[in-house]
Amino acid sequence: MTSLRHRRAQLFRFLTWSAAIFGLLLIVAIFGYLIQQGMAHLDGAFFENYASRIPAKAGIKAALAGTLYVMALTMFIAVPIGVGTAIFFEEYLRPSKLKGLLELNISNLAGVPSIIFGVLGLSFFVRFLGWERSIISGSLTLAILLLPVIVIATRSALTEVPRTIKESAYALGATKEQMIWYHLAPNALPGICSGIIIALGRAIGESAPLIMVGALSFVAYTPESVWDSFTVLPVQIFNWASRPQPEFQAVAASAILVLLALVIIFTALTTLIRQKFAKKKANY
Amino acid sequence: MNVKTIAVEQRPHRSARGLISRKPTLTAVVLSLFASVGVFATCAILYIISSEFSIFLNHVGAAEFFFGTRWEPFMEPRSFGILPLLAGTMWIVVISTIFAVPVGVMIGAYLHHFCGRKRGLWLKPSLEILAAIPTVVYGFVAVTLITPVMKRWLPETEIFNALSAGLVVGFMILPMISTLVHDALIEIPKRVREGAFALGAYPNEVFFGVEIRAIRARIFAAVVLSLSRAFGETMAVTLAAGAHPNLTWNPLESIQTITSYIVQASMGDAPHGTIINSSIYAASGVLFFVTLMLNLLAYTWIKRQKIGISQL
Repeated sequence: MTSLRHRRAQLFRFLTWSAAIFGLLLIVAIFGYLIQQGMAHLDGAFFENYASRIPAKAGIKAALAGTLYVMALTMFIAVPIGVGTAIFFEEYLRPSKLKGLLELNISNLAGVPSIIFGVLGLSFFVRFLGWERSIISGSLTLAILLLPVIVIATRSALTEVPRTIKESAYALGATKEQMIWYHLAPNALPGICSGIIIALGRAIGESAPLIMVGALSFVAYTPESVWDSFTVLPVQIFNWASRPQPEFQAVAASAILVLLALVIIFTALTTLIRQKFAKKKANY
Repeated sequence: MNVKTIAVEQRPHRSARGLISRKPTLTAVVLSLFASVGVFATCAILYIISSEFSIFLNHVGAAEFFFGTRWEPFMEPRSFGILPLLAGTMWIVVISTIFAVPVGVMIGAYLHHFCGRKRGLWLKPSLEILAAIPTVVYGFVAVTLITPVMKRWLPETEIFNALSAGLVVGFMILPMISTLVHDALIEIPKRVREGAFALGAYPNEVFFGVEIRAIRARIFAAVVLSLSRAFGETMAVTLAAGAHPNLTWNPLESIQTITSYIVQASMGDAPHGTIINSSIYAASGVLFFVTLMLNLLAYTWIKRQKIGISQL
């Protein structure tokens, strides 16, 4: 009987190992396929050209500019609100029923499908406030989408700050605001930053809510003000990928490579910050 | 909720004056305004969806909406039965979960039992790349890579089909499940695991006999969260599953999900006040309600389990 048990254990080991290998192979296969498809189109002109009906002339200038513009504005709105909410939760709210409800609200918002935020943006910013299909509508929509991500990351960064730091600040007579501004925030900064970058990495690939608030896929100019209409990389990719001509599929693959490069840069940055943070924490 | 916050909660309040500890300062007021944005968002979503939903139900009728088997909003005679969209969404949910749950649990077991700390340090973040890839990219991969490969084996596969879309959604939620399972496994006290090993159990016997039982609520919660994610997944499904409301038993056929209908209808630029426009909100309402219920279920189970593990 022992040998049967032994063989079962070996089978288990093999199965779990192959599951992990399968996951890695998936990543390699997806990236390999995209690189093989997209490399041909990826040249200087691809970044210089606007979207075009002719696949060979199609480029991502408008989409890339739109993405950078929307991301900058989104973070400008979402970061103060998100970090502020987290500090309010951690430092100002006493445990109570209301706090429980507010927490539930945030964790629930984090689970709402992104397209629902698109519906919200369409109804509120585009139609009710009459801001049309503009960069400001898109950025505000994305900012609300990112809010729970930033709040949750910031709160976990704040709780990781050693109690002793907070208490010594109070012991020296600091007010709550001084304690937060000079001690809590600087110490939690690496964690907050990595949370913000995670949020940025998520926002940059988000297309469903922006399609809802009307990111166009045929924009032949770079945006100049927040009231301009716009397009972003994922929406442009969606548009190219949903066309039947195979040439446009290749263009879509090239744009995907650019998008993935941005996403991976952000992911790597988060890991770097985390590692640095872990070293610093070891010094306490 | 961790042990520390529980401890804080049990401490009696020092002042009964209210939620904010002292006389509110300017900072406190500004921060509370920031904190109210989230509340405002939830209320706005609820208000917008419910008001348009009720207008829609007045036009269409609840019986037709919830039990109708034909979703034909663009052609006369129009018909708004949600069941085909719900069935399409269920196909995506079922396929992705059937793929992702066993593989994800197995990866969690591998990370916990067989891979050393060093290998785990790069393996876990690498696998999480799968969750970082934007969903529109998955849609592209499904249409241009997976469907053609599937066609070689199953020639009757349609260009847009539920199976390839469901599979890529499964890839997307795979790291979520493996991470949640692995995190839960770590939280089991060491002595539980070592006790089983000391009795001469093999790793598989420890895993299936002891650990799975200890964390079954967490695994259940991970599954429910992944169901909710798959239910609300939009772009991959819009690209790969098609736009054909279809009450079918065949996953190789083209279908339409609730989310991809919302995208389709909103891209057509439905003017305010039309029935197409209201149908966007009706579909969103169903989507919001179902994902809300799934998320609440998952959070309650995670909470319950955390208390359970601390009592082991």
